[in-house]
Amino acid sequence: MVCISIKSVSMEFNLAEEQFSGIKDFLILATKGKLRFNKFHALKNISLNIQKGESWALIGENGCGKSTLLKVISGIYKPTSGSVIVKGSIAPLIELGAGFDSELTARENIYLNGAVLGYSKRLMDKYFNNIVEFAEIKDFLDVPIKNFSSGMVARLGFSIATAIKADIIIIDEILAVGDYAFQQKCYKRMEEMKREGTTVIFVSHDEEQVKKMCSKAVWIASGEIKAMGESKKVCDLYRQYIESK
Amino acid sequence: MSNKSLESFYKYIPLLKELVLRDLRIKYRRSFFGYLWSLMNPLMMMCILTIVFSQVFRFDIPNYSLYLIIGQVVFNFVSESTTSAMYSIVGNAALLKKVYVPKLIFPLSRVLSSFVTMLFSMVAIFIVMLITDVSITKKLLLLPIPLCFLLVFSLGVSLIVSAIAVYFRDMFHLYSVFTTAWSFLTPIFYPINIVPVEFKQMLLLNPLYYILLYFREIILEGAIPGFELTALCITISVLSLIIGLIIFKKLQNNFLMYI
Repeated sequence: MVCISIKSVSMEFNLAEEQFSGIKDFLILATKGKLRFNKFHALKNISLNIQKGESWALIGENGCGKSTLLKVISGIYKPTSGSVIVKGSIAPLIELGAGFDSELTARENIYLNGAVLGYSKRLMDKYFNNIVEFAEIKDFLDVPIKNFSSGMVARLGFSIATAIKADIIIIDEILAVGDYAFQQKCYKRMEEMKREGTTVIFVSHDEEQVKKMCSKAVWIASGEIKAMGESKKVCDLYRQYIESK
Repeated sequence: MSNKSLESFYKYIPLLKELVLRDLRIKYRRSFFGYLWSLMNPLMMMCILTIVFSQVFRFDIPNYSLYLIIGQVVFNFVSESTTSAMYSIVGNAALLKKVYVPKLIFPLSRVLSSFVTMLFSMVAIFIVMLITDVSITKKLLLLPIPLCFLLVFSLGVSLIVSAIAVYFRDMFHLYSVFTTAWSFLTPIFYPINIVPVEFKQMLLLNPLYYILLYFREIILEGAIPGFELTALCITISVLSLIIGLIIFKKLQNNFLMYI
């Protein structure tokens, strides 16, 4: 069953957007007829079908469009052209703790962040203990997040996003924070989710991890798909390209 | 709204609740009187303005304190809710860039949390009614009607300013000037009969004037507002919401490129 279907998706950004952030600038530019922007094509004609239960890695250099593709899949960006059809719920781990409010306590943030992901209070009540335990923050539940270390925030964010089973999980190089033990714990949880049939989309620069986690991979270079298929083969191609440069 | 976006909006009702609660929690966190401020603030302001305007300027309005506090509470809600809604999209940029959330939820949550604060402030109006011996009648049960007008009207304005502020940051500076002008165009502290004829036309173009009138007729005069005024208020608030929704929907697709 196809779970994510991406059809010839292109994404354009206006690089010159900063040029008018006020009425004055807008009027000046408009009267001069300079409102045309340099278009930047972050994604060019990307097509990809992901089956349910598969695990895909996105690899490529910095700025090649990996994160943009993730954001298009999670519905954050609307593609300039093309279509994305996603079947099932998504747990986006694009940046851990994106929905946190630093003034609120950990307890309040768990509910807030859960709500950001679209979970009801009742559901969060049910998983509350599980989340606290996994994040190992039991003693700090009523402390405002602003006093947390970045590792603690990341732990809490990961814990909330993965506590409730989603059909698709999207992970964007987030595991760089957190100590080794916690990283291992995260990978273990992701393996569990994979076994239970969750589709995984994973961005990482760690080749070993990619090969271990994902059976399939896509190599993206300046917005285009360079290669896709078995993760081992694609990783090898990518490494050869990097080394030959 | 199409069926699908309604459905996805339904999923985010818990988020709306959390956002409103968050605003309310943060607003008075660590202040000694907490929520009491929503009540004390208008009362204290009223005392000052009553002294200034009834002693110094000598407006001849029966029960001036009550006249004033109604105007103040109503206008403060409109200006506070729309101003904080204006910052809501830009202020939540970090979140909007990382998770899909219906964008409309941010201005909506700000308006709702201001609305809750205003409901506390309404208590101040009742206190003034009791102090000034205004008879509490059953007609006060009509109050939810103008409250609805006010909420829907402010939501419409909020949607417009929050969407435009994403593209034109000048709005942040311009809007405070605008609300000041608006506050003078609304009969908050002056009686309408002192306004010169040539300015009266301008006053009558102010949609808020009619909603405020609705409140005053119920509270101050213990009257049931007429059909005409009711119809006008419904038109004003619904129109504001429709225009707001159209503008917001049209502009929201490109928000992320500008925040």
